[in-house]
Amino acid sequence: MLKRLQAAVMGSAVLGLLNTTAASAYLDTSNGWNLPTGATDIGAEVFSLHMWMFWICTVIGIGVFGTMMYSIIRHRKSLGAKSASFHHSTAVEIVWTALPFAILIAIAIPAAGTLIKMEDTRDADITIKVTGYQWMWEYEYLGEDVRFFSRLKQDANEARQLKSGIDVHQVENYLVDVDRPLMIPVGKKVRFLITSNDVIHAWWVSDLTVKKDAIPGYINEAWTNAKVPGTYRGVCAELCGRDHGFMPIVVEAVPQDEFDAWLAEQKGSSSDTADVAGTPKTVTVDESAATEVAAAGSPAVAADDAAEGAEEAADAEAPAETDLDALMASGETVYTRNCAACHQAAGTGLPPNFPSLVGSAVVTGDADAQVMQILKGKGMMPPFANLSDADIAAVVTYTRNSWGNDSGVVQPADVAALR
Amino acid sequence: MAHAHADHHDDHDHHGPDKGIMRWIKTTNHKDLGTLYLFFAFTMFFIGGMMSLVIRAELFQPGLQFVHPEFFNQMTTMHALVMIFGGVMPGFVGLANWMVPMQVGCSDLALPRINNWGFWLLPAAFTLLLSTLFLPGGAPAGGWTMYPPLVLQTGDAFPFLIFAVHLMGISSITGAINIVVTILNMRAPGMTLLKMPLFVWTWLITAYLLIAVMPVLAGAVTMLLTDKYFATSFFTASGGGDPVMFQHIFWFFGHPEVYIMILPAFGIVSTIIPTFARKRLFGYDSMVYATASIAFLSFIVWAHHMFTVGMPLAAELFFMFATMLIAVPTGVKVFNWVATMWRGSMTFETPMLFAIAFVFLFTIGGFSGLMLALTPVDFLYHDTYFVVAHFHYVLVPGAVFSIIAAVYYWIPKWTGRMYNESLGKLHFWLSAIFINVTFFPQHFAGLAGMQRRVPDYAVQFLDFNVWSSVGAFVFFFAQFIFIYNMLACCYGWGGRKRDLTDRVWEGATGLEWTVPSPAPYHTFEDQPQIGDDGEPVKVKATKTAKAH
Amino acid sequence: MATAAPNKDRYFVPAPSAWPFMMTIGLAILVLGVSNYLESKSFGTIPMLAGLALVIYIVFRWFGGVISESERGEYGKQVDMTYRWSMGWFIFSEVMFFGAFFGALFYARTLSLPWLSGAGEKIETNLQIWPGFEAVWPSNGPAALGGDFQTIPAFDVPLINTLILLTSGVTITLSHHALKEDKRLPAILWMWATVALGVLFLYFQVEEYIHAYRDLNLTMGSGIYGSTFFMLTGFHGMHVTLGTIMLIVIALRLMKGHFKPDSHFGYEGVAWYWHFVDVVWLGLFVVVYWL
Ligand code: HEA
Ligand code: HEA
Ligand code: HEC
Ligand code: CUA
Ligand SMILES: [Cu+2]
Repeated sequence: MLKRLQAAVMGSAVLGLLNTTAASAYLDTSNGWNLPTGATDIGAEVFSLHMWMFWICTVIGIGVFGTMMYSIIRHRKSLGAKSASFHHSTAVEIVWTALPFAILIAIAIPAAGTLIKMEDTRDADITIKVTGYQWMWEYEYLGEDVRFFSRLKQDANEARQLKSGIDVHQVENYLVDVDRPLMIPVGKKVRFLITSNDVIHAWWVSDLTVKKDAIPGYINEAWTNAKVPGTYRGVCAELCGRDHGFMPIVVEAVPQDEFDAWLAEQKGSSSDTADVAGTPKTVTVDESAATEVAAAGSPAVAADDAAEGAEEAADAEAPAETDLDALMASGETVYTRNCAACHQAAGTGLPPNFPSLVGSAVVTGDADAQVMQILKGKGMMPPFANLSDADIAAVVTYTRNSWGNDSGVVQPADVAALR
Repeated sequence: MAHAHADHHDDHDHHGPDKGIMRWIKTTNHKDLGTLYLFFAFTMFFIGGMMSLVIRAELFQPGLQFVHPEFFNQMTTMHALVMIFGGVMPGFVGLANWMVPMQVGCSDLALPRINNWGFWLLPAAFTLLLSTLFLPGGAPAGGWTMYPPLVLQTGDAFPFLIFAVHLMGISSITGAINIVVTILNMRAPGMTLLKMPLFVWTWLITAYLLIAVMPVLAGAVTMLLTDKYFATSFFTASGGGDPVMFQHIFWFFGHPEVYIMILPAFGIVSTIIPTFARKRLFGYDSMVYATASIAFLSFIVWAHHMFTVGMPLAAELFFMFATMLIAVPTGVKVFNWVATMWRGSMTFETPMLFAIAFVFLFTIGGFSGLMLALTPVDFLYHDTYFVVAHFHYVLVPGAVFSIIAAVYYWIPKWTGRMYNESLGKLHFWLSAIFINVTFFPQHFAGLAGMQRRVPDYAVQFLDFNVWSSVGAFVFFFAQFIFIYNMLACCYGWGGRKRDLTDRVWEGATGLEWTVPSPAPYHTFEDQPQIGDDGEPVKVKATKTAKAH
Repeated sequence: MATAAPNKDRYFVPAPSAWPFMMTIGLAILVLGVSNYLESKSFGTIPMLAGLALVIYIVFRWFGGVISESERGEYGKQVDMTYRWSMGWFIFSEVMFFGAFFGALFYARTLSLPWLSGAGEKIETNLQIWPGFEAVWPSNGPAALGGDFQTIPAFDVPLINTLILLTSGVTITLSHHALKEDKRLPAILWMWATVALGVLFLYFQVEEYIHAYRDLNLTMGSGIYGSTFFMLTGFHGMHVTLGTIMLIVIALRLMKGHFKPDSHFGYEGVAWYWHFVDVVWLGLFVVVYWL
């Protein structure tokens, strides 16, 4: 502890001159205490605007504070200073109104230029739809039939639990690494369509000079063009509830051919049939089924219809009955991923906010009601309708048959019927 | 403060105060209510400060050591609401209560009973708000900006939040109307608008802002309420609404709100600096015009808080330019203060020290504000600790320092006793140093990528956060020196004598310094006459125990 | 209590009073009750009613006191000016409150609905999320929340209501002129006429709501149209109710012989308020019903 404090004192003391924290900087192009210079052309422009404004402020600051310090030192009563009687000067006042005005115009013009470029999302080479969920991201390569979720890496997820006892310094890329990164091709204009499924999130990767809010029901656009291959990290930047701090973003920019190969491979895996294991792959299948239906389906009120359509599609693929062991096994995985944060691994919850599931009235009561609560959420519990029927059936079964609970099995078909 | 006017209980011919607790409950006296406001603000500052310590303790190290993420978010949200609506705003209203009638030379505020109501609404509102910490599901945790849809996920606390905001809104509006009317209607004969002290001017404009925007906030939260309970869809896309619409309405309130928290501070600093520089304020008229311009501009810049929500390009450009423009009148103020000090004859009593620190540190906060105003760069700053650093620079060494300075400056007039100068200096140096230790590193953390409103962070931000937390703890505890010093004045601890002259400070000007220290319970029953030079022609203050 | 004789040269400073504090208590109980009702629907109703009763009781006692001070002649010219300024600023704050809801209506019609149907930079919003949705007004949004509904035609009851309110503006002015000429009876009669028009307006408004809910399927849940419609007309209706109560008080005070031809701010303040309510209605009529 003390040692760390010392290190901090030392480190920060030389902060202005030396680049002490660079080694651990997660932003690829930042030195650890300044904005990233960016992996894009726009990023370089933004960086220079930032530095320009900074230096303008510094110079004005030196002028203002210098004058002030001078009077403080020289014009003090204890030195016998007598106060002058002037209290007005039109000329001076005009100057110090006009000069800042001129300076501001000088910086506003290039800023406007950069902004106009940033907002021009036309002529993109590839479009990726980004959807925020509490608390993960979903990426969809439009027209490519590739779609997957991306969330905080499991080791960090364990370490970040309250009093986990795990030294977070030992976790590689703590809080800024994900299970499945987003891949983009280098040197291509990538357009992002950003939206959300629940509350507002913000998709932010500094190195790529993108930050855009994900607004439920609306789609915002942004774009980037990474010039250098690399791993670029970001986080969700808009308060989105309990785990806002734990929904990182990782983008890997790779050469075009590598990207193409990766994309092809994803498409291959997408055509796997569903298994009940509740891995992200299962989700991929279900969700891409949803896309197909949505694309073909009725144009009117898309979201709901598409969701229903997806259910039908998923049902067709899902095995008719799943036995208890399989459900329990995959249920545990689903539970650890989605529920344990609130209800804890042993189902004890964190009363009073997060109820215990051990012997809980809901868990021991009507199974349909429990499924509905998980689909729709309740109060602070978010809805989990994004999980597949199989996953929900598994996790419900798991909660109903663990920690001493014993209240029956729920099948994917039951869940589908309730959607 | 509390017993400041204990001696004047014999003032019975003109309904003096009741005895005991009923005095405070029933009082219609601007000084009593000013005192109540200030004590209330004080309490809230400490509750809010304690919450910030929970935040800083958790952020001292990466990983979660003390609190759950949900509770952390509750702390962030409540910290801001308590500080802004419970600390800074009532603090300024308390100062206005005390000083505006004395500075414009009238007997009391225009509507004394409404004044009492406005005050007592605050404890009610904050009891409601703070009680949510003990509700199942806890306090609101959606940030002080209350963005839907997230805020609609709040549990039992939700209606408490909304109604607490309503009550605070009523309180602010009544307080503001009272102040506006007092200033417009009750000035001493001869005090034309351009002879008013600057504190009065800035409060006049602040009150106008309050009356204009608090109802808008009330409207916004009412829409939240009906969206949650009555099936309306103002903020739901599927019904044709837009979550972003809330942000527009909120920030239409919110940006003027931040100037509500700084304009009275400008007034205080413009009062204190000339006193201790023993030189008239430079550019009085331009100060007034600058204040008015800032207030006007504050209505057309709100969307700079929302550059990333995906507004049309034209809107982004407009709000960027309008925001940058505010630097011009604000700059005029800063330059005027510096010019006032220039070739003055300065001494550095505690109020002056805080005022000087204000000019320094507020300007730094203003500079970072200007950086934020550049839309393309704000895409990277937004919702990072860079923003947190910006607004704490303008709020803590800005608004809060100005309140502290004002209290040091006027407490001799209120209590008739001088505070302890050495303790004052100690308080100043600890505050000035550690506020920078707290908030300066946050600039770097933000630039390097640490987002706001998180209980945990990537390990590379460790150094910045260690600094910030250490600074916050020392700063907080340094404030106890201040409490002690002020309470000692109120209660006459340590043999403090009431031996002050009317003027107290050598360079002080203004009507409040023409009445005895402590100021009598009813200051100007008969209004003083102001001459062409702005000085009172003759002063007839109510002398202690004088019958009418 | 004030023992000093009324001194018109001096500003009236009231004695300490417990009403404001009690008023706060009443309000606190009220909102506590409402909160409880909204969240858990358990014991909300009792504190709700108790709080409301307390608030109403205090308003009458408090204002009763103010009225008797005024009648005793304790308010000089300056106090009169204070009330004028205060009422003016208070009405300004009310204007801003309505401004928020008018703003929401404006936003929905000129920004959010066009965006949902793909206007400007939001083309993908329409293509990806709400395909086929076209912005027309009235609208309950792309998901047609609340189901199909019909709207209330402007040139029907709303027009009658407009005429009622405009007429009430005339009657209150006639009453005021009569008072200024010290013709008490016409002043009283015109004032009651104004009250009657206010009540009539409210009657039509309630009928309209019942019609909307029962026959037109127009509810608060009818998307953004229902939201703005009911919030704007609802808050306006609440103001009319309050205004009518104040008019009744003024009418009764006139009958008790209060007010003087040259000094009657209590009267004028209420008249201002009534005109403000009137003007808001005109705005509503144009942007909510008509356009
Ligand atoms: C007292 C409160 C206060 C004050 C006075 C200000 C003043 C300013 N603020 Fe600040 N601001 C806040 C409180 C305040 N702010 C808060 C609370 C938030 C965050 C809210 C939240 O999200 O929770 C915020 C956020 C905020 C943002 C949004 C950031 C984001 O979320 O992405 C922006 C962006 O433009 C901004 C800009 C400004 C500007 C341009 C000023 C200007 O008024 C500053 C002007 C002053 C100067 C510039 C210094 C003096 C001038 C000179 C010496 C003249 C010459 C100078 C030059 C020409 C360079 N502020
Ligand atoms: C006026 C407003 C105000 C004040 C004073 C403060 C004071 C402090 N704030 Fe606060 N803060 C906000 C307004 C304020 N803050 C806002 C708006 C947010 C954003 C919330 C959100 O994201 O929703 C925020 C968020 C915020 C965060 C970010 C949290 C997050 O993003 O998760 C942090 C973290 O360090 C922080 C720390 C502190 C600290 C250490 C202080 C210390 O300075 C506290 C110590 C201060 C005192 C102890 C008070 C001393 C005052 C006196 C002694 C005056 C005496 C008074 C009279 C005489 C009447 N604050
Ligand atoms: C964000 C935290 C959170 C997550 C994640 C979460 N829950 Fe919950 N859960 C809650 C809260 C809060 C409640 C209480 C809701 C209420 O009654 O208002 C709850 C209630 C429940 C209940 C009812 C318990 C009772 O006795 O009332 C069940 C069953 C349940 N959750 C199961 C799950 C399952 C299964 C998952 C994972 C798929 C899950 N929860 C994920 C927060 C969460
Ligand atoms: Cu998602 Cu914050
Ligand atoms: Cu702002």
